Amino acid sequence: MLPGLTREEILRYSRHLLIPEVGLEGQRKLKGSSALVIGTGGLGSPVALYLAAAGVGRIGLVDYDVVDSSNLQRQIIHGTDRVGTLKVESARERMLDLNPDIEVEVYNEPFTSENAMRIAADYDILIDGTDNFPTRYLTNDVSVFLGKPNVYGSIFRFDGQASVFYAKEGPCYRCLFPEPPPPGLVPSCAEGGVLGVLPGTIGTIQATEALKVLLGIGSPLTGKLLLYNALDMSFDFVKLKKNPNCRVCGPNADITEPIDYEQFCGVPGHDHDEGSAGEKWDITAPQLSERMQHNHLKLLDVREPHELQISALPGATNIPLGTLAARLSELDSAEDMVVFCKAGTRSTRALELLVSAGFKKVKNLKGGINAWAQEVDQSLPIY
Amino acid sequence: MTTLKIPTPLRYYTDGQAEVSVAGSDVSTALRNLVEQYPTLEQHLYSSQGELRAFVNLFLGQDNIKDLQGLETPLNEGDTLRLIPSIAGGSNDFSRSNRRN
Repeated sequence: MLPGLTREEILRYSRHLLIPEVGLEGQRKLKGSSALVIGTGGLGSPVALYLAAAGVGRIGLVDYDVVDSSNLQRQIIHGTDRVGTLKVESARERMLDLNPDIEVEVYNEPFTSENAMRIAADYDILIDGTDNFPTRYLTNDVSVFLGKPNVYGSIFRFDGQASVFYAKEGPCYRCLFPEPPPPGLVPSCAEGGVLGVLPGTIGTIQATEALKVLLGIGSPLTGKLLLYNALDMSFDFVKLKKNPNCRVCGPNADITEPIDYEQFCGVPGHDHDEGSAGEKWDITAPQLSERMQHNHLKLLDVREPHELQISALPGATNIPLGTLAARLSELDSAEDMVVFCKAGTRSTRALELLVSAGFKKVKNLKGGINAWAQEVDQSLPIY
Repeated sequence: MTTLKIPTPLRYYTDGQAEVSVAGSDVSTALRNLVEQYPTLEQHLYSSQGELRAFVNLFLGQDNIKDLQGLETPLNEGDTLRLIPSIAGGSNDFSRSNRRN
């Protein structure tokens, strides 16, 4: 039995009720349906807002992060007065302001192999708005195990992808990407940057697809991958097919319950110390400051040249990470060297590259130039 | 010649080029030609055993080469091959690292 609509709800949703494909019955379907939004960041912001506005009766939010001012360039569900508060609480407040007739359930915890099946079981559809490979594979696998559609979206700089992975009717994420790329190949948005409006475009497409699936109308992106580029304003599609050897949705699937995704992806998914290369290789900003007063140290900045306009350390040599392998001959392995980047991720990769090339007297500035700006030289901005 | 579309994350290794013209009568030789032009790409596309990595998806037009003849898929003059990467972004982890440091 579909729930009825109140007089107030009929007025609120009148623009939906006028569309024959939605109508009164469709709106009642939405009211009786539920969606789990995994991540309340760039993608989760438009997804959660539009699903709330559309009247999806029960919306779950999973995130354990707090709002930071660097989020607000794109995470429009939050606001400046919410900085420092829990993202799920900030999002819930905004959604209920937009539509007090819906229920918003919040999970202020990481989405993990231990809790994912339990949390997702209660929802009709999963929406993947995560920012890392371990959680993406977990979301996919859980959607396959529970037989629920997974509305996928992903972004990088000016590029976006979207699809509906629904193993009952088509391929899953693993059919396309059986394995994640090795750590370091694909930078995160924190490292690589993202145009603020891009998650708005892709997240809105995800919300559209979720509503179509819940309403049972139109042709969802099942079996298709949308490739969007904001610079070219191009929308391309490629066909996706079920992979008969898929380890989660194929006929001989050998993965039948959530696995250890951090191990599978070779990267931590949650609360990892991203800017650290490990105790043996790290030097903290105050330690570096102290050593620089007594010793000559070569400073190697592996950021992109345009980042030097934001903040820089005097005397540092700039060799972007992407060109480091080809430019090793410019460096002297006998020299004491400290490698740094924005927050320590790229410099950790650079350190691995240098060590494998025989450099021994090399350290990683833990937390990057941002840690330096926070702990040593407050005149530098943090970005 | 075949046009090979390079995704943003891999443009790091192609001097920023979004499209590269490659020679070859099938996908395998076209990819080898790409790697000859941009040697630092090799480790990202091939395993140490010389096999194409599992996360590398190549599409000829709208079709995955895995659904055609794989690396032996023939190429015709003017074809467009597209490399499709896994990208993970969607949110932001800066605030977490910022909070820790």
